[in-house]
Formats: sequence, structure tokens, C-alpha cells
Amino acid sequence: MITVSHISKRYPGGFEALKDVSACVEPGEMLFVTGHSGAGKSTLLNLVAGIERPTRGSVVINGQNITRMGVASLPFLRRNFGFIFQDHKLLFDRSVFDNAALPLVISGFPRREIARRVRAALDKVGLLGREKARPVALSGGEQQRLCIARAVVNRPAILLADEPTGNLDAAYAGEIMTMFKAFNQVGVTVMIATHDLGLIHGLRARTIHLDHGKLAS
Amino acid sequence: MSWLYAHLDALRDSVRRLVRQPFATLLNVVVIGIALALPGGFYVGLDNLERFSRQLTSEPQLSLFLTVGASTGDADRIMERLQHHPAVGRFSFVHRDDALGDLKRASGMSDILAELDDNPLPHAFVVTGKSATPEILEALRSEAAGWPKVEHVQLDSDWARKLDAALRIGKMLVSLLGILLAIALVAVTFNTIRLQILTRRDEIEVSKLIGATNGFIRRPFLYFGSLQGLLGGSAAWLIVAATVKVLNVELSDLVDLFGLSPRLGTISLQQTVSLLAIAALLGWVGAWMSVSRHLWQIDPR
Repeated sequence: MITVSHISKRYPGGFEALKDVSACVEPGEMLFVTGHSGAGKSTLLNLVAGIERPTRGSVVINGQNITRMGVASLPFLRRNFGFIFQDHKLLFDRSVFDNAALPLVISGFPRREIARRVRAALDKVGLLGREKARPVALSGGEQQRLCIARAVVNRPAILLADEPTGNLDAAYAGEIMTMFKAFNQVGVTVMIATHDLGLIHGLRARTIHLDHGKLAS
Repeated sequence: MSWLYAHLDALRDSVRRLVRQPFATLLNVVVIGIALALPGGFYVGLDNLERFSRQLTSEPQLSLFLTVGASTGDADRIMERLQHHPAVGRFSFVHRDDALGDLKRASGMSDILAELDDNPLPHAFVVTGKSATPEILEALRSEAAGWPKVEHVQLDSDWARKLDAALRIGKMLVSLLGILLAIALVAVTFNTIRLQILTRRDEIEVSKLIGATNGFIRRPFLYFGSLQGLLGGSAAWLIVAATVKVLNVELSDLVDLFGLSPRLGTISLQQTVSLLAIAALLGWVGAWMSVSRHLWQIDPR
């Protein structure tokens, strides 16, 4: 489903975040990308989602080489993903409902359909009662769950999560991981970047490890 | 239908933003209004002057004066030439005695004129050209001036032509002023939108990351720019219309002096529509430039 071959990413200034990395994610698979901070986990996820472009190499998603894709087609590519950002990127001047509805508004869904799908997504992450609240009023764990609701609201085939348990305590982190597992079980391909190795224990999922931008086994 | 919803949403969003900051909106509208009222007002003024000058020159005439000593026979020969000249439409002969009689009646100088031994006036012709084209009339004038016994030929619309030339320069200046102020309007919108983008930076970035097209992101800003331009254009219309109204009150005092109707025509419907359309378009352009510049900055590299 996702094939990354020989990609390198060099940022202006010369820093090389990824060096000749190849990886493959099968449909319906759950893959963890681990490594210390600065190892290139976020860069790898960004390259897969078409948020950044690689310096060399190619990313193929569902048989489509996205590294050669024009700027005009990228938005439509991104609608296939649910992306959970490291820094949340919630809109603090909008309600929980409106935050979760954003991907559907962007895709041009009719209003009634939006309301139905948003409620379903909020229900899945346990935020149904708080749809009118502002994100500031939510706890860290709840904010993270809102991010997940926004990522799954348009039922993406691929879920990409960048440090989804970044600054949550173990109990919350476990809860979030259970959610990802549940999505994976209904057929969603999941790719999670994390530095928290303790988290992966007990989850039978494939793991790739990045070390200074290189793939380690 | 979904695109219609998207447009309605964007429109509602921009109206809400305009209303939420009434003071900033008002200031921008006033600035745009004044910037557009200047060239708009001058344009309406020139339009009026032009109409006035066209009224005067609609039937341009040549006055053809013979030498004082010219006889009726000389006049007959001139008349023959005029009859066969292709550029001449109509003409009438003014006998020197008739002219003196007219002068006596009209000027109230009959006593003084009666003292004269000789009639000091020459025979004259009043000639109307077939076409009103200044070049053709000018050619006829210089040709007729060369005929025998012709003392002087005067093109009555001479001063109107000078006014016309002045109007052309005026129009060019108004266009220049218009272009400069249009640029100012685009700049005002550009800056307003830039400030809005700064406050909505997160929203734009997230939307873009989760699959919004540039068109989707631009849309509310384009509506905002166009609406703001439209409001500014309406303000300009009000300014010009009010000015014309005030001037007309003043000008009505002049009616007796000129015996003309110096009422200024106000902005026509067509001018109103173009003013509003141009204002909205300029707002749109400013917004488009502003958003595009920002979007380009967050494209993936």
C-alpha cells in the first residue's frame, strides 16, 4: 500500500534527515517507526503524506508515485490519509465539533452528512458530550482524542500518527493505542511514529527503527 | 450542490468577518471610497463638460466674410462656388445691409451707426458643413479663405475644439489618477487580507495539510476582498452623487446668467455598475495576490 524506496531528505542548510531509507507497509498493516528524537520519524511520515518532498527516491501509494505529483493534485492525495500531528494543530477559536468537521467541510460534504459523521467519530473517541466545548477546555488526553476524531472522520484508508502519545501519561497513552488497534482491526492501515518503546510492548505490530536518518534493523 | 454550499459558506464567513470588526471595516471602506470617488468624480465632471461642448459643436458653422468693397456680383460668384462644393451642406447669404439692420436692432447703437456715411459691414455667408468632422471643416475653412474677395473665414466651433482638446488631456489625467488609485486600492486590500491571514494562519495551514485545495482556502478571502471593494465602491458612489447634488444647487443660480441648463448629470446606471464592478474586481485582485503569496510559502518543497 505504501512503498518507500531509497529516499533521502536533505534540508536547506545541509542537514540530512533521511539517508537512503526503504520501507513497505502492507494494506491493513500496523507499522511502528521508532527512534530517538531527530532520527527522521516525522520527516518519513511527512514524505508519505506529501507534506514534504524527498530530495531523492520515491514514495508510491496505491501504485501512484506521489513524489512526482503536481501541487494541484496533492490536496486530493491528502484526503486519503488521516494525519495526527505531533503538535495537534487544533483550531482553538472553534468548537470541538467544528475541529472534527474540518476535513469533511474541505471535501465538500453536505451539512447533514457532516453532522452525522462527526458525531460518529466523536463517539468513537469518547468526546460526544463535548462537541460544543472549545479545545482549551479539554485535557491533554482529550485534545489528542479530538485529533484522532478529526483524522478518522472521513474514513481514511491510511492513518498516519506522529508521536500520538507524546506528552501523555502511561494510562492515557495505553488508551490511545487501544484506539489505533481498533481502527487497524477494521482494516485501516496504520503507521505510527513514536520514541516510546514501552508502548509497543504487548502490541503485535511490525517495527522499523531509524537511527540518525538511517534504517536499523 | 456541494459547491454552492461551499460558496455560501465562504460568503457567510466573510460577511461575519466584516461585521465583527465594524471599525476596521468602516475605515477601509472610507479609504477605498475616497480613493475611488476622486477619479470617479472627475470622470463624471469631464463627462458633463464633454456633453456640454458637444451640444455647442453639434452644428459647427463657418462664417465667411467678404472684403468690404466686394459687390453683389462677387457674392454671387462665391455663392456659386459654395453650391458646388462637396463639403458644404447648407449656407445662407447675409447681405451687408441686412447685417447692418440686425446690428442696429440688436446692439442699441442705432444712433451711432446712423452717423456713419458708409456701411462698414461686408457681405457674409453662414455655411454649415455636410459633416461635423473638425478636419474637414478646417480644410474647407482654409480653402475658402483663398477664394477671391474673401477677407476672413471663421470656424465658429474653434473654441469648442480647444475645449475638446483640453478635455482629452483631462481625461488622460483622470485615467492616470484612476490607475494610481486602483493600485492603492489593491494595496489596501492586500494588506487587510495579509493581516487576516496572519490571524488565521493555523487554520490555513491545517486545512492545507488535510487536503484543502488552494481554491478552498482562497475562497473566503476573495469574497471578503470583493465585498470590501463593493462597499468601498458604494461609498464612492455616495460621495460623487452627493457632490453632484450639492453642486447642482449652486449651479441653479447660474441658469439666468447663461440661459443654458447647467445642471450636472449625475452618475448614470451604466457608470454606477462599472464603478461597483471595478471596485469589487480590484478588491478581488488584492485578495488573490495576498492569499496566493501566502499559499506559495506553505507549498511542499
